[in-house]
Amino acid sequence: MNRALRLIGRRLLGAIPVLAIVIVGTFLLLELAPGDAVDAYIASTGGDAAMISALRESWGLNQSASARFWLFVSRLAQGDLGWSVSFSRPVLDVILERLPRTLLLMGSATALSFALGSLFGVMAGARPGSLRDRFLSVTSLALYAMPSFWLGLVLSVIFAVNLRWFPLSGFETIASNRVGLDRASDIAIHLALPVIALGLVYMALYMRVMRAGMAEVWREDFVRALIARGFSHGRIVRHIARNALLPLTTMLGVQAAVMLGGSVVIESVFAIPGLGRLTQEAVAGRDTPLLLGIILVSALFVVAVNLVIDLVYAWLDPRIGASGETL
Amino acid sequence: MNPAMVASNGVFFVASKIVEPLAEASFDGTNGLEPRLAVSWTGSDDGLSVTFKLRDGVKWHDGKPFTSADVAFSAIEIWKPLQNLGRIVFKDLEAVETPDNLTAVFRFSRPTPFQLVRNALPALTSVVPRHIYEGTDIAANPANTAPVGTGPFRFGEHKPGEYYKLVRNEDYWHKDQPKLDEILYRVLPDRAAAANAIEADEIQLAAFSAVPLADLERISKIEGIAVVTTGYEALTYQLIVEINHRRKELADLKVRRAIAHAIDRDYVVRTIFLGHATASTGPVPRNDTQFYTGDVPSYPYDVAKANALLDEAGYRRDTNGRRFTLKLLPAPYFNETRQFGDYLRQALAEIGIDAQLVSNDAAAHQKAVYTDHEFDLAIAPPVFRGDPAISTTILARSGTPDGVPFSNQGGYVNSELDNLIDRAAVTLDEQARIALYQEFQRKVVDDLPFINVVEWNFITVSRWSVKNVSNNPRWAVSNWADTAIEP
Repeated sequence: MNRALRLIGRRLLGAIPVLAIVIVGTFLLLELAPGDAVDAYIASTGGDAAMISALRESWGLNQSASARFWLFVSRLAQGDLGWSVSFSRPVLDVILERLPRTLLLMGSATALSFALGSLFGVMAGARPGSLRDRFLSVTSLALYAMPSFWLGLVLSVIFAVNLRWFPLSGFETIASNRVGLDRASDIAIHLALPVIALGLVYMALYMRVMRAGMAEVWREDFVRALIARGFSHGRIVRHIARNALLPLTTMLGVQAAVMLGGSVVIESVFAIPGLGRLTQEAVAGRDTPLLLGIILVSALFVVAVNLVIDLVYAWLDPRIGASGETL
Repeated sequence: MNPAMVASNGVFFVASKIVEPLAEASFDGTNGLEPRLAVSWTGSDDGLSVTFKLRDGVKWHDGKPFTSADVAFSAIEIWKPLQNLGRIVFKDLEAVETPDNLTAVFRFSRPTPFQLVRNALPALTSVVPRHIYEGTDIAANPANTAPVGTGPFRFGEHKPGEYYKLVRNEDYWHKDQPKLDEILYRVLPDRAAAANAIEADEIQLAAFSAVPLADLERISKIEGIAVVTTGYEALTYQLIVEINHRRKELADLKVRRAIAHAIDRDYVVRTIFLGHATASTGPVPRNDTQFYTGDVPSYPYDVAKANALLDEAGYRRDTNGRRFTLKLLPAPYFNETRQFGDYLRQALAEIGIDAQLVSNDAAAHQKAVYTDHEFDLAIAPPVFRGDPAISTTILARSGTPDGVPFSNQGGYVNSELDNLIDRAAVTLDEQARIALYQEFQRKVVDDLPFINVVEWNFITVSRWSVKNVSNNPRWAVSNWADTAIEP
């Protein structure tokens, strides 16, 4: 336990420079993009020169970039993420409203792709090179090759427009004031299609890793020993699968970051107001504080997920915890 | 979300049901208007005052009575100093007198054409409650996000990125209206999803061409769905080519005329707008009932003539067949403006002009074209708002400060045209004013400060169950008091 705590502490310390680089980089990139928040606003409403300069002043955009950056950092030090000009609300409120939805969407999709991917991976890896293996590999690769938005649109045309089994879009039935289980089931049925669309696309990754891992373990000495001792095929597969599970855990950590960004298109197709769309809106509106807030929260999330993965790793394979100590 | 401050269709689409203007556009009313908060309006002969008689018995959503003080406050404190369009039309508004609770007299310091004030009523005169705004920081007032008005619907709830909810105003001044209990606006960022949503009956109406043009033919054949092409006559969008006259080649009228001849407007209507647009003749759209004239020079599609004009101007083709290179910036606001950018590049290649496309998002486009003037040609979708003085003459008038979108930022200076615009702005006699604006159209088309290509109106797709759709020329941005759902 002591070791785990030390690992956590070290990881959090290590995250600080990462977060600093992310913040400075995002700020600079957004400064380089032509146009500011006032330009983005004026482009949608129109307005004259006096209105434009009044807006620049009230949004603090007439100050130099370094002054604005310093203001942001000093506020951040006090735990204040600042004010979003495009939403006229505190950045933290805007993000906290969107974050749970993206986490739910992303978590469910990851769980689905992980579960299906490892299941099919085991089925394929049980007899590498068999007809079943080929069929599963080709199918999963075909799914992986599909853009998720396209799969999303196809699923919604079939299951929402034609069959009407699922609602077409949204996170829940809007303005319905549902609570408790009623609301949970409402959200579940709304998220079914987007989760399937996202999950199927990423399933192939887990499946490939699982299958490859198993194919490799098949050649290990202990497998030959198991065969020699007359173990049934099923029991041997179980042993192999457990050994091939480790790389999959690594994959999970990497994918957490990818899925956070990858849900932008699915959020658009299914009109789910999540973090992905918020990011896009922040960039289009040149809402620097909001974008910095999103990046910061996402970076923290990725650091946290990877920390958990490390702990799981150490628990799955004690050898790794020992070497982690010396890292 | 304060239509008194930001007069734009995006704001009106939701806010016009909550906050009402003095008058609304109408297909059959006198001068194309029907009363809302004002019941009558009269202009004085000297153009220095306009008297409004206001509707009796109107209440704000919080129960307080609506009076002339609210109109005076909105006009003096908001429309004139803060509103994007009001700053132009009401610039000479000096005071609003309120002799009694139901009379408001607008006093102008310089003659202001009554016709212009009238034409501005639907879009520029949303009245907000004085008791909520007075003495506060108007730009930061909470009523800007949760508006309080006199309209048929009250503001209910807004979940950013998800929906707006409006609920029925039981105390609306029109006794048997509104017909709907609730309006829910759903945010559907993916345009293909909008077509699917109306097909699945998840939404009953999609306005502002939310359903892509390419889907219209298919969806119009579905039982229960109507494609409505009327109801936007007072919000005509124009596709124009903005020209940077600081480029020496483009300062040459022959080159500008050559470009005008190189554009096949019918092809643009057919292929980009799939027939849902009209070729433009000039800066006033054909569907305008007061000012339009077709008696202007024309530039029929004629590549040979365009080439001859460029030769004549002294820009001969080099060995690669090129005359010169231009930077072309299509506005990103509509699919059609971007697609026209691709078309224009090809059309210019035909006449030996090499156009390099620069694609920006909205903020970058705004800065590049209207502030930094880093363009040679740009493609813009300005709106004609019923009177050339509101947002059309600004496209040609010189002297606009940098940064103002949809204005002359191309460095075009024509003192003759400037004089004409200024004269028309203070001409009170309606016939004389119309004659001046017809002269304006001729001069613009003759000298081409910018090139009008096509004009279009949006399209509404609705379920048959929705009644009274598109029954006025600003329907999507009007109050929907008589809109009903019948199974």
